[in-house]
Amino acid sequence: MSNKIELFLRALGKPLVKFTMRLGELTLFIGRSIYNCITPPFYFKLMGRQFMDIGFYSLPVVGLTTIFAGMVIALQSYTGFARFGAESGVASVVLISVTRELAPALSGLMVAGRIGAAMAAEIGTMRVTEQIDALVTLSTNPFKYLVAPRIIAGIVVLPILVLIGDVIGIFGGYVVCVFKLGFNPANYINSTLQNLESLDIITGVVKAAVFGFIITLMGCYNGYKSKGGAQGVGEATTNAVVSASILILVFNYIITELFFAK
Amino acid sequence: MSETKIKITNLHKSFGKKVVLDGINLDVKKGESLVVIGGSGTGKSVLIKCIQGLLTPNEGSIIIDGKETVGANKKQQAEMHSKMGMLFQGGALFDSLTVWENVAFSLIENKKMPRKEAKKAAISVLRQVGLAADVADLYPSELSGGMQKRVGLARAVATKPEIIFFDEPTTGLDPIMADVINGLIVDSVKSLGATALTITHDMASVRKIADKIAMLYHGKIIWQGTVAELEKTDNEYVRQFINGSSHGPIKVEI
Repeated sequence: MSNKIELFLRALGKPLVKFTMRLGELTLFIGRSIYNCITPPFYFKLMGRQFMDIGFYSLPVVGLTTIFAGMVIALQSYTGFARFGAESGVASVVLISVTRELAPALSGLMVAGRIGAAMAAEIGTMRVTEQIDALVTLSTNPFKYLVAPRIIAGIVVLPILVLIGDVIGIFGGYVVCVFKLGFNPANYINSTLQNLESLDIITGVVKAAVFGFIITLMGCYNGYKSKGGAQGVGEATTNAVVSASILILVFNYIITELFFAK
Repeated sequence: MSETKIKITNLHKSFGKKVVLDGINLDVKKGESLVVIGGSGTGKSVLIKCIQGLLTPNEGSIIIDGKETVGANKKQQAEMHSKMGMLFQGGALFDSLTVWENVAFSLIENKKMPRKEAKKAAISVLRQVGLAADVADLYPSELSGGMQKRVGLARAVATKPEIIFFDEPTTGLDPIMADVINGLIVDSVKSLGATALTITHDMASVRKIADKIAMLYHGKIIWQGTVAELEKTDNEYVRQFINGSSHGPIKVEI
């Protein structure tokens, strides 16, 4: 009997110890990353390259995602509101949904898939081919050279992407309402502008900055800690995308709660 | 008697329950070329990584130029690395950078040399290792294995280091290219007057590069001597290793 209890405790304890170790490792990684993001030297050229990769090259993905999100929310809310004769509220619903939720969350998830995976794969390959060790032997701090430029770029660029996504998403709603549902264009724009509140935009931007941090952190962390060969890099890539996506959804709720809970 | 450049005393390193280095004692004199031999998985790479501060030993001391490096802070480590160069087994060239940017990496990032000047310096070092100037603008993935090793060697010697590490420098190369690389290693080390530490199991490399040889087995240095002494030794572990025989005291786990 005592043997069975011991076996049960072992089975319970091993993953718990592993989880705690991983959590500690991640905490140290976050601490080192933040420290290296705010202390010189800064690699501006590398940061610029990340701005292009994370920001500019993600524009088509973010644009397509948000325009269709705006269109579908216009269509859905219209069918609902028409039952109560409240079609005039569609513009407001599109505005709030896109700025507060859809643009930041969907952009975050799309960029996590595109950038988080690429970062984990690139840094993971550098780890398994000893390129990170080579950086150290060349007196270069890998956190400053690889991690900090990516995290800074993520925090700065994602809010810009989301602001662009806001405009495109609202435009998507406008297109559906005006060209499909027969709304008056001037009334729709007026209604959108009247309902525009800075808090809605700010919430989206704050969320985007947090998501930018999460995506780049998870990409860098999983890549940096990858082991073995191609399989290790593959696992790191999957973990980067999955963990970033889950954390985006969790923090999306937490930030919404912080801003809007009464 | 020349001064000791690297002094390793009672070095221990384990990964979990697996003991890899079990009390290494080793001295490398200034300007000497020491080659550490040993079978696969005997801890040669772990030893070199401990000396470079890429791994932290569990116990023991590594003194370079009279300064303790175990437990050194980041600044001291960076200072130590500025004296070192390393040729990695797989080259470890940065594949996002061109060949010349790889070679001039430390000149640009640490010595703050202007890019134009750094490119000239890189091309000059590339010539020393037998590569033409037109290779400079290629990316590492566009080069053959032998050329990548040469670029790795050029990067290792570009900053004129006092200590150079070579991790399996001839692995994956044909015998002729391996001999070319060995020759380049000897030339580079001698022309710089550097101290060299090489780990390999290629006996042709050992005979060409080494001033002194140390054999690592089961986490300990079990034999040390010169190339001449290596040929004459009656140490049965060393004899089995240099003859490449599966019969003898060294048991290979299959």
